[in-house]
Amino acid sequence: MKKILSIITIELTMLFMIMVSTAFAPKSSDEGYKVGDTATSFKLKNVDGKFVSPADYKSAKGFIVVFTCNTCPYSKLYESRIDALNLKYADKGYPVLAINSNDPVVQPGDSYDEMVKLAKSSKYSFPYLQDTSQEIAKSYGATKTPHVYVLEKQGADLKVAYIGAIDNNPREAKSADVFYVEDAVNSLLEGKPVKTTTTKAIGCTIKWKQA
Amino acid sequence: MKVSSLNYQKTLALTLFLILGAKLSTVSAQKVEVIQFDQLNTIITEKDAPIRVINFWATWCAPCIKELPQFEALYEKYKSQNMEVILVSMDFVENLDDKVKKFALKKSLKSKLYLLNETDYNSFIDKIDPTWSGAIPATLIVDSRKNKRIFFEKEFKEGELENSYLNFIK
Repeated sequence: MKKILSIITIELTMLFMIMVSTAFAPKSSDEGYKVGDTATSFKLKNVDGKFVSPADYKSAKGFIVVFTCNTCPYSKLYESRIDALNLKYADKGYPVLAINSNDPVVQPGDSYDEMVKLAKSSKYSFPYLQDTSQEIAKSYGATKTPHVYVLEKQGADLKVAYIGAIDNNPREAKSADVFYVEDAVNSLLEGKPVKTTTTKAIGCTIKWKQA
Repeated sequence: MKVSSLNYQKTLALTLFLILGAKLSTVSAQKVEVIQFDQLNTIITEKDAPIRVINFWATWCAPCIKELPQFEALYEKYKSQNMEVILVSMDFVENLDDKVKKFALKKSLKSKLYLLNETDYNSFIDKIDPTWSGAIPATLIVDSRKNKRIFFEKEFKEGELENSYLNFIK
């Protein structure tokens, strides 16, 4: 009897472990949004301590949502280009909202305090938000930093218009000659269809919480 | 006195020679060739080549570095069986000397080393494998004689690489 009980206990434990591991498994890149999907809104803590949501931007036509972080070499290479995007497009209706979804336990350089420091020292002109639960990265299907989602407001909905890289040369801004995000936003501003709607975002994998 | 000093000098010279020699041979064993995608593609598609295990890594990628010893061990174990391991660094070319070569020397890497000097990833990534999202570590195993290839975008946990390799060559 004791034996049977212990077997049942083991089986139950295993079942529980399977459930837990499934529940916490990061979504694969096949999941998340595709172009044309309606993206979820969010409300995340900015480096100034206030919470920011796309809903706060009443006059925006859409958003350039950039999943990025402090620590990835690719994010560092794109830092000033992300800022330039915001300076160029915020007034035209497409502000940048940057989101850091890295788990600071796995990557201590991405703690909230470090985010505050970086945003200050680099004089970010855009909100730099912490996705503490990683739920936003998961629902968007973001896997890397930097990973961009251009969203267009259609009524109350945020429609995904572009997913991928910022341009075609991470290493050297001045050698880039295809500007995926700019091309997408320009098309949206002109009311034209976006030509290249999906590219592969190159960078570091988002550091997920360890289950 | 004179004799012993001469002997001492001889020994010193010989020691220096040996140290230098050893250093030179490790350096040459760990040279890193800078290539572009076309050259890499030639390596991938070359006919009647050994079975090739091609790992994409970078010095800044922690999980890549963690799994590198598995690639080195695989190479040591199977290199006599018509296979080779090729480590393709995705580091930027300006970090060739200060990062990649230094790292290769420190870890005494024995596998073949390349640095892929490409910046427009979207122009070649699908040609390596359409399912590759662009994240590293990533590994391609190619058997050109059997026209077979398999791609992994993941970090191999301990023992997983050898199992995957053995499954592939079955």
